[in-house]
Parts: sequence; structure tokens; C-alpha cells
Amino acid sequence: MSEITNDQVSHLANLARIALTPEEIDKLTGELGVIIDSIAKVSEVATADVPATSHPIRLVNVFRPDVPGPTLTAKQALAGAPEHDGSRFKVSAILGEEQ
Amino acid sequence: MADLTRLTAAELSQKLQAREISSVDVTRAHLDRIAAVDGDIHAFLHVSSAALATAADVDTRRGDGEKLGPLAGVPIAIKDVLCTFDMPSTAGSKILEGWVPPYDATVVRKLREAHLVPLGKTNMDEFAMGSSTEHSAFGPTHNPWDLDRIPGGSGGGSAAAVAAYEAPLALGSDTGGSIRQPAAVTGSVGVKPTYGGVSRYGAIALASSLDQVGPVTRTVLDAALLHDVIGGYDPRDSTSLKDPWPSFADAARTGARDRSLKGVRVGVVKQLNGDGFQVGVRDRFAESLEVLAAAGAEIVEVSAPNFEYAIAAYYLILPAEASSNLAKFDSVRFGLRVNPKGGGTVEDVMAATREAGFGPEVKRRIILGTYALSAGYYDAYYGSAQKVRTLIQRDFDAAFERADVLISPAAPTTAFKLGEKLEDPLAMYLNDVTTIPANLAGIPGMGLPMGLAPEDGLPTGIQLMAPARADVRLYSVGAALEALLEDRWGHTLISQAPELAVAR
Repeated sequence: MSEITNDQVSHLANLARIALTPEEIDKLTGELGVIIDSIAKVSEVATADVPATSHPIRLVNVFRPDVPGPTLTAKQALAGAPEHDGSRFKVSAILGEEQ
Repeated sequence: MADLTRLTAAELSQKLQAREISSVDVTRAHLDRIAAVDGDIHAFLHVSSAALATAADVDTRRGDGEKLGPLAGVPIAIKDVLCTFDMPSTAGSKILEGWVPPYDATVVRKLREAHLVPLGKTNMDEFAMGSSTEHSAFGPTHNPWDLDRIPGGSGGGSAAAVAAYEAPLALGSDTGGSIRQPAAVTGSVGVKPTYGGVSRYGAIALASSLDQVGPVTRTVLDAALLHDVIGGYDPRDSTSLKDPWPSFADAARTGARDRSLKGVRVGVVKQLNGDGFQVGVRDRFAESLEVLAAAGAEIVEVSAPNFEYAIAAYYLILPAEASSNLAKFDSVRFGLRVNPKGGGTVEDVMAATREAGFGPEVKRRIILGTYALSAGYYDAYYGSAQKVRTLIQRDFDAAFERADVLISPAAPTTAFKLGEKLEDPLAMYLNDVTTIPANLAGIPGMGLPMGLAPEDGLPTGIQLMAPARADVRLYSVGAALEALLEDRWGHTLISQAPELAVAR
């Protein structure tokens, strides 16, 4: 049995920047425990001699010549923003009062 | 005039080129069909207001003698995971409700350049996380064969749209089966190309090492025609392959014409059948094997012992990649912003926005992925899952030494009832048991109809898989099998779907 606790889920939610409600944390704690027990079986066959695969098809890094290509205009880039001042995205304070 | 919505894209193409019909006729017929049945089906999240104008433009070009591609003037539905500059692109999520991207996905650009007519955007599980379309923030899609049942997922909207004759063609995306499983449960055809065969630029990413865009249609030839349009190298996708691709349409036509599988070695994957698979699915699969053998195929059993670990590896890799891909939904540059009561810092705003904007399955997978990537767990979970990926690739390599294509059922069951598995995430995850291995290995796969399950009268699907870069085999073998099965039945499978009630 995995040892997923409410505190752990609460910490993960904080890392993932999701303000979960206490009810959601309770529910997720139970569900994650079941899911993690089921997927932990990967370690049965993942022995030290097996190399990891990150990509299914072998790839090399991709470069292009360092010349400007077509890009979005500032207006296009800002078109979907919740708030902007015409040339920049607007957000609330980065630091809280006690920071 | 005959009902234009019943024709395949290949038939429409022929009539358009012969100028027997206009693109405006075809497009209007499909828009009327959407108006008539989509209240019940809910395949579409958005219907384009520009479709008739686009169609008229194609007709003008044809009238002016412009040289047009084979699918010019044929309407198409687009999964809402793909960016379209003239239609909202939400990926089924509240966090992107109403968002209109400033650019087109490369595959959408290619559709426009080939003069297809975008009809609208199709419903999907939120950010493509699901096997039933029930995780859409905008309500589920209903299976045209039985409105109380799921159309599969995540691309249930695209599959239902073609199965309900709302569109002859659609685009889907497949991360763990989201094209092939909906095809199986709606009696349609869907193809996941080789990883890198079709550009992912402008496809809202779920798991970048698994995602692939592909065709959703009613026939193998139509899928091939669409694949020919969307495939090929794209400098804007760094995982895009530079391979030259043969004409998939030519392969499909040859396959259907010859109906011969002489010398083709067909490998039956032992682990993707048997216990846990519905009886009617197993019966129809056995029947398909007989049909293949009768056409000259050499049937061999292959074993893939590590497939047992595929779902576990997938549900580590996918949430890990998704949790980082979805970090971009931060309330700053696009999408929803929710300000918490009493204000707060930008991080408080992010957390409140993501709490309000993401549905339960998305939260579940982000938290799971964050856990799997945490220091102290990374090696045990994500690292091990990547090793399983290697083992699964080795299983495929060994299987393809003995077989030219592999086959299995495309889904373990027929369509289940809406709501049946919604409260049991693990049961929902098991629906992808047949399709996930191909994504982990990057190989191409096709789902196509193999008959109705006798016990419930619902469609079952067969899956063909080929080695990476050998997508063409899916089309030659798939088109042959489709033709042989239809010869045996005396009709297409989709023609057996019940007529839908039509709203007036």
C-alpha cells in the first residue's frame, strides 16, 4: 500500500499551483493511493541493465540558422490575455506583503 | 439529389472534380445535418460561420480552372485540441473557454492550403485526458449507435461526427488511443501515424513524447487521402520526421482492389486478447483472422510479455509530461483568470484560476505527475516507466521480425454506458490497454470496424499496427481487410447504425 497522505497531496497541489479544496484533497488522497499502487509495478521489470527511453523515435537536437523569422505581433500575442496594457501582460503583485 | 452526407470523402471528391456537385452543396448538406442531429449527439463545440463562404471560394477557384487537390471542397471537422485562428480552441477545458489562438496548427494550415472546408471544432475529454468524452468541461458526446453510450475518447466528438454523417472527415489526436478507441466503439476508422509523421505544431500538448495527430473517417481510403494532406516534415515541430512518405491513398486503392494478402505475415499479439475482452469482441476478432487467412495472409502468434506493464508506464509518463505541459495555463498570457477573494499575489491568482479552470481528471493527472516527478520518487516511477518503454519497444522489434503487421482488437469492449466508469479512474484507464503500447513505441496504428458484437449489437474494432515509418502497410492491409469484410457482410458496418431522430 502506498503511503499517500492528505498533507502530501496538499503539498503537491501547492507545487502544481492548484488551490484544491479540503474535500478535493480528501478524495484525491484516496484515488492517488489506488492508482499509485497499481502503477508501481513498473519497478518489477525496470532493472539496472535496461536503458531508459525518453522518445520513441531516435532524435537529435534541431537547430536553425540564427536569423529572425516571422513572429506574432505584440497585438496578436496580447489578444488572448486576461489583462494587458497594450504592450505588456498585466499581472498582480509578484511578492506578498510579508515577502 | 442523393443525400450528400452519406457519401465518402473519396466519392465527394470525384463528384466535385466532375462538377456534378458544388462544395457549397456539400457543405450546406453537412451544416444542415449538424443542425438536425447535433442537439442529441453533441459532437461539436463550435460550428464555423465561415464554412459556406470557404466552400463558395473553392467553387469559384474550380470554376476558374485552378488546379486543386483531391479533397478540395470536402468538409472536415477539427478536434478542439488543434489551434484555429478563426475559431475558439478550448481542448474541452473551461480554462480556455472562448480562446481564439492567434495562429493555425500546421495540420489546419495544410487543410486550408488543400482547400478543405473546416466545419467546426469537435468535443473531447478535457486536454485529451479520458476514454469517453465525459471529461469535457462542456458536457459529453453521445454515441450515434446508442445515445446512452460513450463515443470513446478523448476524440469522441470527431468519431461521433463522422459516424453520425455530420462530417465525412475529421482530425483527431492520439496519445494513448484517442483516435483508435473512439473508432472502435463508433464503427469508424482512425489512424495514429508514426510519431513525428504528422506535425504537432499548434496541437495543444498533452504528453509530448506520445501525442500524434491523425485522420478520423468512415473508410480506410478516406483516412489515407487525409493522411496524404496532413503528413510530412514541419520545421516548426522539432520531433517532425524528414522521411519522404509514399501516397497512402494509392496504397489503400491497391489494397482494396487486389483484396489479396498473399505473403503478408500477420502477427496476433497474444497479450492483447483473451480474458477481460468482451465475448463479442473476441468472436469478431477470430472471424477477422479467418478472413485474413482466407485471403492468403500467414497468421502467426507473437508474444509481447512486457505489454503487461504498458498501462502502468503510460500512467506515469503521461501525467509527468502533462503536469509540465499544463503549467502554461497560468492566467497570464491567455485563457481564464480568477482573482481570489481579497486579492493576492500572482501565484495566488494562478492557483485560484487553475482550481476553477481545470476539471477533476486534469487535476488528478497533474497531481499524479507532480508526484511522479518529485525528488526521491523520480527514479522509482518516471525513470522506471522510461525503462519499461524500452522493453516494450524491444517486444515490438521482436514481433516485427516475425510479422509485417500486428493485429489485436482495437478496444476490449463495445461502448459502455455514459456514467458507468466515471467514478472509477482506474477502470477508465484500462480501456486503453490495446492502444497504449503503440504510443509508447511510437509506431503507427489503425482502428477499423470488424463487425457488431452479437450480444449488444454495437460496433467492435480491430487494430492494425506496423513498424515505425511503415504507415503505408496499415493502408494496404487495412483497405484489403475492410473490402473483404464488407464483401462478407454485403454492406458497410456504418450503414447498420440506427437512423437518428432529426430535429426540424
